[in-house]
Amino acid sequence: METLEILGKHLAVDKDGHLVNRADWSEELARAIAVQEGVGELTDLHWAVIRAMQMAFDRDGEAPSIRRLTHESGVDTKTLYQLFPKGPAKKAAKIAGLPKPKGCI
Amino acid sequence: MRRLVILGAGTAGTMMLNKLARVLNGDQWQITVIDGSETHLYQPGFLFIPFGVYRPEDVVKPRREFFPPNARVVISNVDHIDADRKRVILEDESAVDYDYLIISTGTTIRPDQTEGLLDDEWGKTKFDFYTLQGAERLHRFFESWQGGRLVLNIAEMPIKCPVAPLEFLFLADSYFTARGIRDKVELRLATPLSGAFTKPKATEILGDLLERKNIKVTPDFGIARVDNERKTIISYDDVEVPYDVLISIPTNMGDESIARSGLGDELNYVPTDKETLQAQAYDDIFVIGDAGNLPSSKAGSVAHFQSEILFKNFLDRIEGRPMSARFDGHANCFIESGFGKALLIDFNYNVEPLPGKFPLPGIGPFSLLQETRMNHYGKLAFRWSYWNVLIRGAELPIDSKMSMVGKVA
Repeated sequence: METLEILGKHLAVDKDGHLVNRADWSEELARAIAVQEGVGELTDLHWAVIRAMQMAFDRDGEAPSIRRLTHESGVDTKTLYQLFPKGPAKKAAKIAGLPKPKGCI
Repeated sequence: MRRLVILGAGTAGTMMLNKLARVLNGDQWQITVIDGSETHLYQPGFLFIPFGVYRPEDVVKPRREFFPPNARVVISNVDHIDADRKRVILEDESAVDYDYLIISTGTTIRPDQTEGLLDDEWGKTKFDFYTLQGAERLHRFFESWQGGRLVLNIAEMPIKCPVAPLEFLFLADSYFTARGIRDKVELRLATPLSGAFTKPKATEILGDLLERKNIKVTPDFGIARVDNERKTIISYDDVEVPYDVLISIPTNMGDESIARSGLGDELNYVPTDKETLQAQAYDDIFVIGDAGNLPSSKAGSVAHFQSEILFKNFLDRIEGRPMSARFDGHANCFIESGFGKALLIDFNYNVEPLPGKFPLPGIGPFSLLQETRMNHYGKLAFRWSYWNVLIRGAELPIDSKMSMVGKVA
């Protein structure tokens, strides 16, 4: 099992670097992961997307793809890319403490 | 009479029709199959058409050749499904009532979903190979093309046959080498994925293969629009990739009749139990193949493995027993790598593609995630199996459940 060293802790992550245990997640951790991922400081709009992602995951059992994320969050694709550069669905899922979206396979 | 209606007679629908027609008693069951066209297309063959390996006649047969005599055949487009009243409304507004419905309406490419993709240049400098017409147009284009920048773009995931874009590039490398102009052709993959494929180990191995074949990759590329004047695709984060010829894998979506029925998600795929293959919203509707939203590959092999699961569960359901079969997401795909070789991957929901050997009684073993001639012959032989065994609903010697035998973790 791989681990992520962050905020002085060693947390279990999967092969894609996403948290294995949702219980390890906190807002403080999300802010730290966002910095590590090059997203920077989280604004209210970032948080709205992260919350929408978590709600969709709790309902569907999987992290939403980018198309569903625009649906769920009400934030358009262009803006999602500005908020979470290089793959908004993957990045937002990582910061939200969720596994990588499965949309792809 | 109990009534079963199968919607869509592609790979998945035709397999289910043949399997069930064999066991459902003709005195008690009326089976109806509905499809919009008379023609069955061997879709895995489209890949080979641009390179002149297959001709259109190799991939086309009349659907009725594969229908059992006891099935009622309706050739019509579907307006919508009225799931509450258990009926399918055809485009002429007539209704076909059912007790049980199997949805196998597949997925289609939607170039209209990307700004600037579907215009006058579509079919001239921008092509698809996921339709027979698109593959034929591309073949004609390639025959006289003298080289330049070829960009293959995947618009968004999921797509049907996620290995096909890689196979296309490998075959293009091989084809332009044979034509003596490989040094004049730049091959590039612009993909929304972070690498060559969706799973880590296969991405590593296929990524190495792309590099060895001098195929460049622009990862994390989410296409926002095509600038046709500048022949450039532009991502949402303003990365620009210029092309001379664009091969597009447009957004894939389920059938519009699913959307009109209110049965689909944002891509018109029917939310489906990933293990039982029953529709989540209605217990008398089952879904097979590309039409569902399962997190498994949209591919013929997957539909084949699903067909064995659905066959058992359907019989359980109509007999009032609990459904006993569980789909594990098994996929088994040959990947053409050019120069007469291919790779093979075998995986499921939980186990990513791994290297090793794939045993196949009487024929195998094939090598997993490794280029061999044997795998290439396996891929070509599959066309015969498809027409003669697979869609006729007969058994192939591959288990619907994935096995770890031979795999090296």
